Amino acid sequence: MRKLTDVGVSVNGTNYNRSVEPRLLLSDFLRHELGLTGTHVGCEHGVCGACTVLFDGKPVRSCLMFAVQANGHEIITVEGLGTIEQLHPLQESFREAHGVQCGFCTPGILTTLIPFLEENPNPDEDEIMHAISGNLCRCTGYQHIVEAVKLAAQKMSPVDEV
Amino acid sequence: MTKKFIGKRILRNEDPRLLTGGALFVDDVDIPGMLHAAFLRSDYAHAHLRSIDVSAARERPGVVAVITAEDMGDEWQPGPPLVSPPPTVENVLFNSRTQVPLVKDKVRHAGEPIVLVIAESRYIAEDAVEDIIVDLEPLDAVVDLEKALEPDSVLVHDDLDSNLAAHLVQKKGDYATIRENADLLIKRRIVIDRGAAVAMENRGIVAQWDPKSQHLTVWDTTQAPIPIRNGLAARLGLSEHQVRVIAPFVGGGFGPKMMMFYPEEMLIPWISIKLNRPVKWIEDRRENFYATTQEREQIHEAEMALTRDGRILGVSDVILHDSGAYDPYGLTIPLNTQCHAMGAYDVPNFFSEVTVIFTNKTLTTPVRGAGRPQGIFVVERLLDLAAKELGIDPIEIRKRNFIPPESFPYDHQIIDQAFATLIFDSGNYRPALEKAADMIDFEQFVKVDQPRLRAEGRHVGIGIVSFVETTGVGPYEGARVTVEASGKINVATGVGTQGQGHFTSFAQIVAEQLGVDVSDVHLVTGDTSAFHWGTGTFASRGAVVAANAINASALAVRQKILKLASEILEAPEEELELEGGKVRVADVPRISISLGELAVLANPLRGAVEPGTEPGLEATAYFGPKYGGTAFGAHAMIVEVDTETMMVEIKRYTVVEDCGTVINPLIVEGQIHGGVSMGIGNSFYEKLVYDENGQLLNASLADYLIPSATEMPHIEVSHQETQSPLNPLGSKGAGEAGAIPVPSLFAQALEDALYDYDLEIMEMPLSPNRLFELLHE
Repeated sequence: MRKLTDVGVSVNGTNYNRSVEPRLLLSDFLRHELGLTGTHVGCEHGVCGACTVLFDGKPVRSCLMFAVQANGHEIITVEGLGTIEQLHPLQESFREAHGVQCGFCTPGILTTLIPFLEENPNPDEDEIMHAISGNLCRCTGYQHIVEAVKLAAQKMSPVDEV
Repeated sequence: MTKKFIGKRILRNEDPRLLTGGALFVDDVDIPGMLHAAFLRSDYAHAHLRSIDVSAARERPGVVAVITAEDMGDEWQPGPPLVSPPPTVENVLFNSRTQVPLVKDKVRHAGEPIVLVIAESRYIAEDAVEDIIVDLEPLDAVVDLEKALEPDSVLVHDDLDSNLAAHLVQKKGDYATIRENADLLIKRRIVIDRGAAVAMENRGIVAQWDPKSQHLTVWDTTQAPIPIRNGLAARLGLSEHQVRVIAPFVGGGFGPKMMMFYPEEMLIPWISIKLNRPVKWIEDRRENFYATTQEREQIHEAEMALTRDGRILGVSDVILHDSGAYDPYGLTIPLNTQCHAMGAYDVPNFFSEVTVIFTNKTLTTPVRGAGRPQGIFVVERLLDLAAKELGIDPIEIRKRNFIPPESFPYDHQIIDQAFATLIFDSGNYRPALEKAADMIDFEQFVKVDQPRLRAEGRHVGIGIVSFVETTGVGPYEGARVTVEASGKINVATGVGTQGQGHFTSFAQIVAEQLGVDVSDVHLVTGDTSAFHWGTGTFASRGAVVAANAINASALAVRQKILKLASEILEAPEEELELEGGKVRVADVPRISISLGELAVLANPLRGAVEPGTEPGLEATAYFGPKYGGTAFGAHAMIVEVDTETMMVEIKRYTVVEDCGTVINPLIVEGQIHGGVSMGIGNSFYEKLVYDENGQLLNASLADYLIPSATEMPHIEVSHQETQSPLNPLGSKGAGEAGAIPVPSLFAQALEDALYDYDLEIMEMPLSPNRLFELLHE
């Protein structure tokens, strides 16, 4: 029969404790147990990148992990970045540069870019393209996404460096 | 008149929700008590179904229902045909065979659903699928288009004499005679293989039957919510008003989500009613590769007749088109191919025969481009070869053959996918081509850069092509525009949205008419409870058909506003202007009234609404074009081939797009970028590989490669605006344009880069491996 395992995890700063089947994917846990449906599932085999979340600050494919593996860890999803009223500068840049069309792949691209921009505050185009090369987008052809990242880098660079 | 909103790069209204994870997609729908569906699908492409044993599955805890074709009884019926064959062409032969909900006697393509399992969770449903034992007797599979018509071929549909699905001939002038008098005949066999649409969101359906209100609500990743509602009501024996279909945010469409009805689309609502429970089915990526429709596979025997100065006398194109296992979508794709096989050119004589074949492969229905890329590939390739043969420059030979701007409307005398006569409404092809050449510095490259680089042993090449795109076909769309008491505007229309920016571009049109901010226009789209007349988002028609319906509704509301404001402000209508959410007297701006106040006055709680008038500031209008507007443009690219690895690097890419009036250039550029990226995939990365048993060998995103950021060049886009005379906005569609000319361009540029190999590229898609083979053949 179904054996349940306890999992305690911090998502976007909130602690959740649940009992889940060990085989439950982290992506399904976030979406269907916690109702955080901003994380999308595009392929279930770790290629498309739509399900990317930050796991202790690092981007991971939540469709390739079990929820129980997140026990005791911290996760940030797209819902943890900004709000409709107060977009994160990266989200704002995606709007301004038209880096989003259907928006399905977008949450995974945003979560991939957060640590990238922390490590590379002034990336060039090639670096940006490599950074998002693990995230598939069928709508944009990526060009406006690259422009959005450049814009975000400008917005996010600390004032004293300007 | 200068426009305030139309033609401006306005940021999208829908983005904040999409960027924060707050937009509703079908898989986000969660209803208490909801069950989950999974399908057992055939591993074989062609097989007799002998028996199914579902007993173990039914016993598994958490399983609620296990349904086979037999279990459906009389309710098992093949799907309705989506489009009928063209009635206006003589001697058209069409064998309609539509998809079945669950396999009853014979499997006709790998991935066809055999058993539906409903359980308390998707995990349990998939466990139960594993419990089922199916006895299939494999048959030889029909895979190859040419062998499919051989007399001894096995049959996909045993009740037919052959695998012939349809046959039709279209003619203009007299090609047979003109070819006798031609100075040059270019005849080639052209092979285009299959690709997938690969929307990032797979398909999905949630159905909820409410027995107390006798009402069915369906969330569906469809491009056509209204026809889905109508079809579901008919099939389930319900009134159309008992069914609400919502296409919420949809994660990319690209055509296959226009197919209807998929087996799952009928089964999930049906079983929800049977079980009296909400049911969700979400396609996984593997299912998407087998069960979602595909496109492009055709074989052409094509010929072009020319004079020695490079003028086209005629084109002949004999086409074999792969329909897959069934043909619910009729002849849409091959008709589009025929309609684009004359390209942007004045072709006086045309002969085209289409033979559509049933095969044991996934169904084909339109995918972004929808038969057009194949037609453009044929005409552009033949013209390239003629240019080479005659020693004419590729730009020059195109200029010599363009339909001249004064010849519009230009009647091609054949029928199009909407069964209307193919008429190009307007066009100005030459400047678009010249601009694309200028943007890529064609002369400089050919005269200076290329010789220098070739001298260094590098394989660099340039290509430039023209294309047309028939867009914005009927039958019609409608919209209702309402001024609410808050002064904000509500717009309801029927077309679904899959990322095209409708919430913004449609709002711009209303803002232009009513003098409000774009952010104050709220659009509801893809919900049959908000608007229930219309067809859907396909054939690059949103910005033409729906946009003009919205424009007409907004104009009617504007007239109501002016009439009422004129009475209240005691000023003639012609002296009033709509600005900043108010109506004011142009010369005396302090005399004004807000739209919200007017809306309240138009909908009084006391007093009378005069006979013959309507309450409120609201109007509904429809737009149906007689025929579609034809967009066009030119693409150019510079490539470099590494002849060791056969990798192709696109160094530069330029686009000149003419889709008539541009409502929002930012959005149009986004559409072009995405289209070009799909076209690059279609040219060099994306091929669905079927083996001789009809097995798809690369059914995952790890094996079927769509372009990622590192494969994409920077695309320079320029707009030209030749307005369509067929609609008040002057717009034409742009959704598919980007993808259409890319394969023909890619081939031309590669041949130029590999000049020392004397290569002819008459097939698509290529790959590094295939290029290696071609160079060593």
